[in-house]
Amino acid sequence: MQAQSKIDFSHFSADTLHAAISGTWKISSKLPAPEEVLNQLATDPRIKNIIINASDLKGWDTTFLTFINAISKECQKENIRFEIQELPKGAKRLLRIASAVSEQKDAYQKRKRKSFLYMVGDSAVVFGTSIVDMVSFIGEASQAVVRFFFGKARFRRIDFLIYIEDCGAQSLPIVTLISLLVGLILAFVGAVQLKMFGAQIYVANLVAIAMVREMGALMTGIIMAGRIGAAYAAQLGTMQVNEEIDALNTMGISPMDFLVLPRLFALALMMPLLTLYSDLLGILGGAIVGVGMMDITPMQYFTQTQASLDMTNISLGIAKGGIYGIIIALAGCLRGMQSGRSAAAVGEATTAAVVTAIVHIIITDGIFAVLCDALGI
Amino acid sequence: MTTEIEKPNTPHIIVSDLTMAYGDFVIQRDLSFTINYSDIFIIMGGSGCGKSTLLRHLIGLKSPAKGQVFYGDINFWDITPDERSRIMQKCGILYQKGALWSSMTLAENVALPLEEYSGLSHSNIKEIVSLKLALVGLAGYEEFYPSEISGGMQKRAGLARAMALDPEILFFDEPSAGLDPVSARRLDDLILELRDSLGTTVVIVTHELASIFAIGNNSVFLDAETRTMIAQGDPNRMLAETDDPKVKEFLTRGESAVERVIE
Ligand SMILES: Nc1ncnc2c1ncn2[C@@H]1O[C@H](COP(=O)(O)OP(=O)(O)OP(=O)(O)O)[C@@H](O)[C@H]1O
Ligand SMILES: [Mg+2]
Repeated sequence: MQAQSKIDFSHFSADTLHAAISGTWKISSKLPAPEEVLNQLATDPRIKNIIINASDLKGWDTTFLTFINAISKECQKENIRFEIQELPKGAKRLLRIASAVSEQKDAYQKRKRKSFLYMVGDSAVVFGTSIVDMVSFIGEASQAVVRFFFGKARFRRIDFLIYIEDCGAQSLPIVTLISLLVGLILAFVGAVQLKMFGAQIYVANLVAIAMVREMGALMTGIIMAGRIGAAYAAQLGTMQVNEEIDALNTMGISPMDFLVLPRLFALALMMPLLTLYSDLLGILGGAIVGVGMMDITPMQYFTQTQASLDMTNISLGIAKGGIYGIIIALAGCLRGMQSGRSAAAVGEATTAAVVTAIVHIIITDGIFAVLCDALGI
Repeated sequence: MTTEIEKPNTPHIIVSDLTMAYGDFVIQRDLSFTINYSDIFIIMGGSGCGKSTLLRHLIGLKSPAKGQVFYGDINFWDITPDERSRIMQKCGILYQKGALWSSMTLAENVALPLEEYSGLSHSNIKEIVSLKLALVGLAGYEEFYPSEISGGMQKRAGLARAMALDPEILFFDEPSAGLDPVSARRLDDLILELRDSLGTTVVIVTHELASIFAIGNNSVFLDAETRTMIAQGDPNRMLAETDDPKVKEFLTRGESAVERVIE
């Protein structure tokens, strides 16, 4: 069995503390703390030498070394001579290896506590640079688009097709579900109000206009921000962590052309189509409520819907969808490219991408509402 | 006066008739060798021959297509995952790519296993962490994040983490890759010292000829072409006695092949 580890103290002369170490000093045994020795110093300020005798040490591992290290560090600070007798050879050699490379001293300075004012100022500066970054990213992306149309920017066709599939076909199930339900909900809410005036038939108008002008693009935008914007940020963030983006840069391939453009095009192309699809599904959802619960015939519902919509409404919705697509792709790529080099940073980038995308979608929607009102669309 | 080395020359890990495959793609077949207590066991072979894969079989990350791995007399792949993870707690592992947790500082990386398993106090853990980092030459880098240090330093920090609990067995996947000759030499000294003082069994994947001969006392040589082991034993003896041109070429950095061409 393991022998109990302990320290025995004795004073041979007034200024010398002798400590005999015995037993097994391993991580699994209950060990005396270095404080036991150091407290002796505190109680007796005359001590100028510490001599530790390790001849009765039975077994040890690196926890023993930390014990010795802690005492020796403290002694150095207090200007006390520290000596170990009969230190096992292996322990001596390990301690030598540990001190072979001198400690990096300035490393600690780098994490100084910052004052409150510093932090306020710092976050203001960070906010400012983040706006500059965003604007310059949009500028670079526009340049890349221009380069592309002059045939100078290149990316792999297969990447583009994969993103198209990801944004388009793969997104259909969730867009179907949400749009259908939003149509249903709108119809229910409208029906309750319109029934009071005996104007149930106008449920068709309400659902059609709301879906086509607003909800179709908005809901698709929010779904895609979560589905695709987040994915873009995670992909580029991970590439940042693995230095893949650096590798592209040093090879003279612009990450903007190679990584951002195909993603941007894919989403900008697919979003209008998804919006149109979402409009249709929403109207279908409204029809289910209208026809199923309010005694409107399918034909009535159809003609009423047809009468309430014109090309302006439809193209407005689709245009919004396209713009939201651009916003989502840019937000995702921007946050991904800005990502730090750790797993947590990639997570933050993903969150930031979704938040940025949704905030800007809503702001853009607001601007659209004001503009449409002013222009009478 | 050092710790007596536990059961020298008794088997610690036994690999018997092991076949490793990814799906239908067989990487290596019919591997049989024994790693004794306090061995410094070298796994060598050309790039892509399956050394890291072999390590993954030894540390419970990948199950064999055929054959067994024994820890003492426990059939490693026959026991429950819980029992397996209990065995793995006595092992320290350095992955080929470092695999440091990127959102933790070096100190936190090394401290995590200690906090989980040692039950030591906070200040004690801090001391141990500093010592472990000092042992690999990273004293003072406690507060750095893995992304803020160099590739070789990440490797060494990974070593410090592997050694955190003074494990019985250390698995190192190319520990000296990316290190300068002096640091590589210091690392060899450290490995020898851990073996001599603490009786640690060390399993190393390495290409570094100098350290293979300096520290290895047993080894296995994997060949990518024939997909099996073509030599085993003490590397120094292997060099002296082997007739296999591939082994000879590897152990002499291809000099013997050059000679053959010149002749
Ligand atoms: N996840 C995987 N799926 C399929 N095959 C794999 C996988 N990981 C590795 N391989 C294959 O297994 C073989 C051995 O890989 P391994 O990483 O073990 O090589 P290695 O000997 O460690 O090489 P190196 O010295 O370059 O690290 C390679 O041919 C590789 O293609
Ligand atoms: Mg490998």
